[in-house]
Amino acid sequence: MSETCDALVLGGGGAGCSAALHLAKRGLRVILLERGLVGGQASGVNYGGVRQQGRHAAELPIARRSREMWGRMREIAGTDAEFTVTTHLKLARNAEEEAELVAYLDIARDYGLSLRMVGSNSIHLEYPWLSNSVVAGSLSPEDGSANPRLLAPALAHAARAAGAVICEGTRIVELSYAGGMFLLRAEDGREFQAPLLLNVAGFWGGAVAEAFGEKAPVAPMSPNMMVTEPLPYFITPNIGVVGGNVYLRQIPRGNVIIGGGHGESDPSKPWSRALPEVSLQTQAHAVALVPELAGAHVIRSWSGIDGVTPDHLPVIGPSRTTPGLFHAFGFSGAGFQLGPAIGAIMTELMVDHATDVPLDAFRIDRFQTAAGDTP
Amino acid sequence: MRIAVIGAGPAGVRAVETLVAAGHRPVWIDEAREGGGRIYQRPPQSLRRDARMLYGFEARKAEGVHATFERLAPVVDWRPETLVWHIRPQARRLSTQHQGRTQATVDYDAAILCTGAMDRVVPVPGWTLPGVTTMGAAQIALKTQGCSIGARVAFVGTGPLLYLVAYQYAKAGVTVAAVVDTTPFATKFAAAPGLLRGGATFVKGIYYIGWLRAHGVRVVEGATPVAINGTTDVQGLRWRGSDGREDLVACDAVGMGWGLKPEAQLADLAGVPFRFEPLQHSWIPECDTSGRTPVEGHYLAGDGAAIGGADVAELAGARAALALLQDAGQSVDAVRVAALDRALAGQQRFRIALERAFPYPAALAASVADETLLCRCEGLTAGELRAAAREDHDVGPAPEMNRAKAFTRVGMGRCQGRVCGPAAAEVLAASLGRDVASIGRLRGQSPVKPMPMLVPEATP
Ligand SMILES: Cc1cc2nc3c(=O)[nH]c(=O)nc-3n(C[C@H](O)[C@H](O)[C@H](O)COP(=O)(O)OP(=O)(O)OC[C@H]3O[C@@H](n4cnc5c(N)ncnc54)[C@H](O)[C@@H]3O)c2cc1C
Ligand SMILES: Cc1cc2nc3c(=O)[nH]c(=O)nc-3n(C[C@H](O)[C@H](O)[C@H](O)COP(=O)(O)OP(=O)(O)OC[C@H]3O[C@@H](n4cnc5c(N)ncnc54)[C@H](O)[C@@H]3O)c2cc1C
Repeated sequence: MSETCDALVLGGGGAGCSAALHLAKRGLRVILLERGLVGGQASGVNYGGVRQQGRHAAELPIARRSREMWGRMREIAGTDAEFTVTTHLKLARNAEEEAELVAYLDIARDYGLSLRMVGSNSIHLEYPWLSNSVVAGSLSPEDGSANPRLLAPALAHAARAAGAVICEGTRIVELSYAGGMFLLRAEDGREFQAPLLLNVAGFWGGAVAEAFGEKAPVAPMSPNMMVTEPLPYFITPNIGVVGGNVYLRQIPRGNVIIGGGHGESDPSKPWSRALPEVSLQTQAHAVALVPELAGAHVIRSWSGIDGVTPDHLPVIGPSRTTPGLFHAFGFSGAGFQLGPAIGAIMTELMVDHATDVPLDAFRIDRFQTAAGDTP
Repeated sequence: MRIAVIGAGPAGVRAVETLVAAGHRPVWIDEAREGGGRIYQRPPQSLRRDARMLYGFEARKAEGVHATFERLAPVVDWRPETLVWHIRPQARRLSTQHQGRTQATVDYDAAILCTGAMDRVVPVPGWTLPGVTTMGAAQIALKTQGCSIGARVAFVGTGPLLYLVAYQYAKAGVTVAAVVDTTPFATKFAAAPGLLRGGATFVKGIYYIGWLRAHGVRVVEGATPVAINGTTDVQGLRWRGSDGREDLVACDAVGMGWGLKPEAQLADLAGVPFRFEPLQHSWIPECDTSGRTPVEGHYLAGDGAAIGGADVAELAGARAALALLQDAGQSVDAVRVAALDRALAGQQRFRIALERAFPYPAALAASVADETLLCRCEGLTAGELRAAAREDHDVGPAPEMNRAKAFTRVGMGRCQGRVCGPAAAEVLAASLGRDVASIGRLRGQSPVKPMPMLVPEATP
């Protein structure tokens, strides 16, 4: 027996749950299909950075829109998912890196994101706990962080309240399209049908696209994460560096969350884990940046699985092969912040057939070579 | 062939002994400075005392394990004070930290994990007051440091260790205010026929109880702990008797424990599947009776595989080493294998009776009061966890343990659920109206214990 609705959302990450919520609010009968629990993959285990600074110019319009939604998250999802405007401070450790920060100021300004350079004198006055290896920083006053464990479940909760059906424990193993209808079959035999299908399956979105004859080269990406025991609260901003070999933030509870490098994963399980040598290397980078972290105990490490594309930009937009199919996947390690807006934008595309946000850079066919095939 | 043995308790000692006899020179790692493990843990050099005084009836066995350790350590690659904080089963690589300072990796072809056990606790109001320790910690303090957790100590919990530790404290001259056992006498009595298989072990158990009573120590059975009284320190222990009446003893320290659970984080990281063992009421890593796990090249022995006690650990250590040798194509003494298998099977029957005699009080754990602190690392009460299981929860409800952790932070602190995990699972399962075996278990990650971040090497 198959269930029929107006739109199927495949994937219960931040993007999918937000889409289910927005589609349901527009009056569509929506079924969201999720293999495990919503937010069980990348959206639930990421670093929690809600950051616009440093993004590729093409992503900034989405990031700007998402940031506006993060500010209203309590209204949207019933909880703020601990979103806090902590500021984001991106650090330079030499003149070359500093020049990169300065160059980015103009890009940001074009998109209405105001950043402030913090020079070599003031940076150590304002952030006395930074080591001398830091020569300058760029501060993004609007950026912050949130609790990734809460976002997708909260959006799903709100989506349910708006009438969406959230099917957890539903792994889709067969996808087809015929006569204007998508037919999706779950591992346990249940079937779901709708004229619209949104592919928000994260790393696995590549396989979904492929089922409809579209190739997008997505590889698994597993950022290496760890967390310390609680320490007195002193690191207020979310910290990044040019080059990105380490990033860290402290929550008011005291734990310091540290990322950098990549762990190992097996998306077929799915399974992921931090790599010990990467953790040690990242610890060294973290201590080199914030010397007070030396000796702090690491209590846990982990990783996750996101999809990364060759140009590190997601695939967003309509399918080029199948009418009614829409993609938003492959966020390349930076889609937590974008999730809320993705749901809103995809709803506009699917319901209104248009959106104000420029999406050309994210076309799925951009990877095709002259020969018409993916490299 | 590169073999790694982790743990130098009775299981590890007998495993290494067997490997050395077969001509191997394994890497042997323990967090402790010396071999002996938990039961035969040795005091620092300056506090050395007579084995008889330290280990009582077990003195001869302790001396045997220690002597074997002393003989083996110089002929293998012995690495004391070294924590194995990660294991990668495909790469067959261990990550270790020595004295909280030096990092090293160890590559192996086969590994035997003999990582022992830790206490299982049930939160009771007041359990985080200074002066409250686990039963095992109370014993380690006495055994290795030669000090008591208080001047007037009450013990609460269940299991053989309850009576043993109380006896050891009393023998050491500490006033034992009361021994409060949550298991009724009738439960133990019903298990008595099976316990008789334990022979000497059973007799010793009876002896401790008898000795305690004969020396005027108050022993209460079938009790329900109500609270540990005090605001800044321990003032007393309160419980409800089997007749429903509340009772109180004054004390300045409390040792508590409800049996043991395997320290199986490394087995978990090694990818060994776990199953819920109803009798021990605990998640245990899967292995066959010879210690083989479903993950090729990885073996388990001792309490780290399933709680079996020190005698089983010695047998299992040797047996796992023989399994490893067999799998490596070496010929082993079939008579010895059969003898070990027989001895282990006999012990298993005793173990079943013991678990029946001292069952984990799941109902007690499930009914921890709403306002009682459940997860001490994160300051989370039982009520806060229950809220996450309710339909009207903000982002919930949480249908299983890891989701409950994600929502509430239960088990997210320094102990990573090693202490609060079992009780938290009972609370969540009861709130969801489900069986505890059906709500999953907390996922393990490295490091298996908190590990200090190193200061980058200072360049001279
Ligand atoms: C460790 C880590 C740290 C990160 N840090 C940050 C950060 O600080 N800031 C930031 O902005 N981004 C960060 N990211 C990236 C961000 O987490 C992801 O880009 C984002 O969460 C992706 O969301 P998603 O909804 O596309 O994918 P996911 O969250 O992966 O959701 C996709 C869902 O689809 C489901 N699914 C797939 N196939 C099927 C199928 N066949 N049937 C049913 N269900 C299926 C999956 O189970 C999954 O739940 C990080 C990522 C990781 C892994
Ligand atoms: C605190 C405590 C007190 C106990 N007291 C008694 C008692 O008095 N009488 C009794 O019959 N039973 C007692 N037991 C039970 C007893 O410990 C076991 O039955 C027996 O010691 C099991 O032997 P084993 O070799 O399996 O493990 P253990 O003796 O526990 O040995 C395990 C060893 O592995 C090491 N180890 C573990 N993980 C790592 C790691 N990641 N890296 C490096 N090293 C590691 C530990 O340091 C330890 O030395 C006690 C248990 C505990 C926890």
